Amino acid sequence: MTAESTIQLALALPFIAAVLTGLFGKWPNLREMCTLLTAGALFFVVASLAPQVFTGARPAFELLEVMPDLRIAFEVEPLGLLFALVASGLWIATTCYSIGYMRAHNEDHQTRYYACFAVAILAAVGAAMAQNMFTLFIFYELMTVTTYPLVTHYGTETARKGGRIYLGILFFTSIAFLLLAVVWTWNIADTLDFKPGGILKEKANDRVLFVLLALYVFGTGKAALMPFHRWLPAAMVAPTPVSALLHAVAVVKVGVFTVMKVAVYIFGIDLLGSTGISVPLMYVAAATILIASLVALTKDNLKARLAYSTVSQLSYIVLGATLANTWGVIGGSMHIVMHAFGKITLFFCAGAIYVTTHKTEISDMRGIGWTMPVTTLAFLLGSLSVIGLPPFGGSWSKWYLALGAAEDHHGLLVAVLMISSLLNIAYLMPIPVRGFFLAPTDGSERSTIKEAPVFCLIPLCITAAGGLALFFFADKIYQLLAPITQF
Amino acid sequence: MERHLPILQVIVPLIAAPLCLLIRQRNLVFSFALSVCWATFAMAVMLLVRVVFPDTGAPGSPAATVITYQLGGWVAPWGIEYRIDTLSVFVLLIVSGIGATVLTYAPLSISREIERDQHYLFYAAYLLCLTGLLGITITGDLFNLFVFLEISALSSYALIALGAKQSRKALTAAFQYLVMGTIGATFILIGIGLMYQMSGTLNMADMASRLNTFSGPRTVLVAFAFLSVGISLKMALFPLHMWLPGVYTFAPSVVTAFLAATATKVSVYILLRFIFTIFKPKFAFEVLSLDTGLMVLSLVGIFVASTVAIFQTNIKRMLAYSSVAQIGYIVLGISFATGLKDPGAVTGLTAGIVHLMNHALIKGGLFMAMGCIVLRLGSVDIDDLRGIGRRMPVTMFAWLLGGLGLIGVPLTAGFISKWYLLTAALEKGWWFVAALVLISSLLAVVYIWRVVEVAYFQSPPERHSEVTEAPLAMLIPTCVVIGAVLIFGLWTSLSAGIARQAAEVLLGATS
Repeated sequence: MTAESTIQLALALPFIAAVLTGLFGKWPNLREMCTLLTAGALFFVVASLAPQVFTGARPAFELLEVMPDLRIAFEVEPLGLLFALVASGLWIATTCYSIGYMRAHNEDHQTRYYACFAVAILAAVGAAMAQNMFTLFIFYELMTVTTYPLVTHYGTETARKGGRIYLGILFFTSIAFLLLAVVWTWNIADTLDFKPGGILKEKANDRVLFVLLALYVFGTGKAALMPFHRWLPAAMVAPTPVSALLHAVAVVKVGVFTVMKVAVYIFGIDLLGSTGISVPLMYVAAATILIASLVALTKDNLKARLAYSTVSQLSYIVLGATLANTWGVIGGSMHIVMHAFGKITLFFCAGAIYVTTHKTEISDMRGIGWTMPVTTLAFLLGSLSVIGLPPFGGSWSKWYLALGAAEDHHGLLVAVLMISSLLNIAYLMPIPVRGFFLAPTDGSERSTIKEAPVFCLIPLCITAAGGLALFFFADKIYQLLAPITQF
Repeated sequence: MERHLPILQVIVPLIAAPLCLLIRQRNLVFSFALSVCWATFAMAVMLLVRVVFPDTGAPGSPAATVITYQLGGWVAPWGIEYRIDTLSVFVLLIVSGIGATVLTYAPLSISREIERDQHYLFYAAYLLCLTGLLGITITGDLFNLFVFLEISALSSYALIALGAKQSRKALTAAFQYLVMGTIGATFILIGIGLMYQMSGTLNMADMASRLNTFSGPRTVLVAFAFLSVGISLKMALFPLHMWLPGVYTFAPSVVTAFLAATATKVSVYILLRFIFTIFKPKFAFEVLSLDTGLMVLSLVGIFVASTVAIFQTNIKRMLAYSSVAQIGYIVLGISFATGLKDPGAVTGLTAGIVHLMNHALIKGGLFMAMGCIVLRLGSVDIDDLRGIGRRMPVTMFAWLLGGLGLIGVPLTAGFISKWYLLTAALEKGWWFVAALVLISSLLAVVYIWRVVEVAYFQSPPERHSEVTEAPLAMLIPTCVVIGAVLIFGLWTSLSAGIARQAAEVLLGATS
C-alpha cells in the first residue's frame, strides 16, 4: 500500500465507523463491533506509517485546494505520528470501556454517542496529520462541533450549562484569536505550510511576532491556558468515557499539539529562542501549572479534581513549547503521550468507581480499595505516572522539561516543576492511600469484592500497564522526536 | 437562438407571468411556473459558461468576456442594451437558482399559508418578481433598470401581502415596505434623472464615459447622494433597514426564503454597478469618501442587528435581523475596494461578492427550513420550537448546518466569506476591523445556539405529539440548498473563483 492511500485510509476509517454506527443503531452488538474493529484497524494503519517516518520519510497526501494556495493537505511527521498513534490507540481502549460503562448505565442515545465519538477521532487524526495550519484549523473546529453533543449527552440543565461554557470558550478563543492569527500568518508569510524551522523568520518585527504568538497560544483554547481553562471543568458533565478520551487525549491534546506545531513549524524554535518572545507566555504556563494544581487540591469531586489536574498538566506541554529549546520541545511532546496514558487511567478508574458504587466525591471513597482493589491499584499506578515518579513514563517527560528549563537558566521554572510534582502527590495520592488504608464508610468487609464490569476493568488495567511500559520505551519516542528539533 | 439568450432570460418569465392568470388550475399553474423557473436557471447557466469561460467552456481559461445584446436591433446608446459581465452573470445564477429551488419547494408550503383561490396569483407575482430581479441584473440601461426595479418591488408587495391568511400583520408589513420601497425607488429615479440631465444618455457604459465626475457641477454629487440613499434603503443597510424585519416575519415562508436570498442581493448589485461601472471608485471613494461611510454603517449595523437578533422570540424575525447584519458584511467588503492597486481592494470586493452567493444559500436554506417548521407547527415562536429536534430531525439538522454557516464555521460557505473578508482587512492593515468582524461572528454563535439548545434539549410540549417530519417535497429542496452551503465551503472555484473574476473586472483589471 502506498503512503498516500495509507493516509486516505486513516482518515476514512473513523468516518466509516461513524456511518456504520449510524446504520447499525438498532443492533447494539453489531454497532459496537464496528466501532471496535475500525478502531483496531485505524491503529494498525497509523502504526504502519511509523517505520517510514522513523527513517525520515514524510508521507503526504493532498485532498483538495479550497481557495487559491490554501489546501486541505496531509503530511505525517514525527509529532503528528505520535499524536495519531496515541489518539487511535487509546480509542480502542476507550471503545472497550464505553461498552462496559454505557451498558452498565443503560444510557440513552448510544448511537449518537458512538457516531460523534468516531467523528471526534477523525478530527484528531486529521489534525495530527495536517500539512498546514489551514487544515489543522479546520479539524480543530470540527473537533469542537462534534464533541458538543458528547459533552451535553445527558441533556439536563447542568449539561446544557456545561455545554454552553464549553462551546462558548472554545468558539470564542478559536474565532476571535486563533482564526485571526491564522489569517495574519497567511498575510505575513504567504503560506501556512508547516515547515521545519518555521515560516516567519525575518517576516515581521518582534512586536508583531509576540502578538501573533500570544494569539496562537491563547487562541488554542483547547490547550486550557489560564484564563481560558474554564471549559475543561465545565465539560466534566459528560459521561466518563467522554471525559477520559476527549479530555485526557483527543480534545485537550489537539490543543497542546497545535501549540507545539505552531512553536516548531510556524515560528521555529530558533526564532522563538533568539527573540525571546515566548518568555512571558512561559510564565503564564508556569502560573497555570501552579494555580490549577492548587485549585485541584480544593476539589472534592473526583472528576473536577482530575479536570484541574489536566489543566495543570497541559501547561507542562505549553511550557515545553515556549521554552523553545531541544529539551523543552522533546519533553513537552513526550508529555502528550505520558500524560495521556496516566490521565486516561485515572478517568477510567473514576468512571469504574462511579458505575459500581455511584460515588463521585473523594470524601466518600474511603476504603474503596477494599471492595475494588484492581481499580484502586490502577489508580495508584496512574497517579504515579502523572506525578512523574520512576518507573513510570511520566518521569521522562518531566525530566526533559526540567532539563530544558535548566538549560536556559530559568531557575524559577525548575522550581515550579518541582513544586508542582509535590502538589500532584498531594492531590492524587490521598485517593488510593485512603482507599487502601482506611476502613470503608459503609462498613463493607475486605472480602466483599465488587469490581466494575469486565469491559471497564480490562482497558484501565491496560492503560495503567501502558504507563509503566512507557518508562522503558521512552527511548523510542526520543528517537522519533529528535529530528524535529534539528533542521 | 443562443444569440438571443440575454433577452430570453428576462422575457420568458415575463410572458409566463400573465399566462399563469389564464391557467388558474393549481397543479397546472405550478408545473408551468416550475418549468419556466428551471428554464431561466438553465439559461443563466448557459450565459455563465459563455461569459466566465469564453474560450473552451472549461474552468481555468482566464479571460472573461462581456456579452452585449441590442434590443430590437437598436444600437446603443439609442436603443436599450443588455450587458452581461461576470458580476451580472454571477447574480443571475444566484437569483435564478434560488428562484427555481424555492419554487420547487413552494406548493405544499403555500397550501397552508396562502388562501387556495389565490395560488395562481402567487405564481404570477412570483414570476414577475423573478423577472424584475433578473432584468435589473442583466440590463445596461438605467431607465430599464428602474422599470425592472419597480416590477420586482410591486410584485413583492403583493407576494408579502399574501401572508394575510396567516397573520393580518402581513398587510401592515407589506404597506410599510411599500412606503419605504417607494421612497427608495423615487430617490433612485431622481438620481437617474439628474444624471440623464448631466450626460444626455441612459446607457450605463455610455454615461460612464460622458459623465465628468471631477470638475462638473454639483448636480452629479446630488445625483450620487440620492442614489446611494435610495439603494441603501432597498438593500436594508443599517439604519435604513426598518422595513425588513416585518416583511421577513409576516410574508409567507416561501416568499421570505426567496426575497431574503435574492432581493437585497440584487440591490447590492445595483450599488456595485453605480459605484464601479458608472461613477468609478475614484469618485465614489476618494472624492466623496463613501467608503468610510459604508464601513462605519456596516460595522455598526453588524453589531446592532446581531445584538437585536439575540433578543427575538420569533425565529423568522431573528433571522431577519441576522440578514441586516449579513448585509453589513457584504457592504464592509465592498467598502475596501477603493482602487485596483490598493491593498485589500480585490480581496475585499471578492469577499463582498462571494458573500452575496454564500449568504443567499445560507439564509435561503434557513428560511426554507423555517417553512417546513411552519407547515408542521404553524408557529415559529421559540417556545413552540421546544424539542423540535426530536420531532423533525432532518429539518432541524439542516437548520443547524445553515446556522453553522451563518457563524462561519470551517467547511461551510460562510467560512470562505469570512476568510476573504479577514484577509482583506489584514492586507489593508486594519486589524481592528478584522477583530470586530471576528467578535461579531460570536454574536451569531449566541443567537444560533439559543435555538439549538431549545430545539434539542427541551422536551416537546404535549400539543406537538402529532408533529412529524416535513414531507419530502419540501425536505429535498431544503437539503439541496443546505448541501450547497457545505459544498461551497470546500470547493470554491465556482463561488469565490467567479467572485474574484467579477471583482477584477469591476476594478478594471482587464480593460
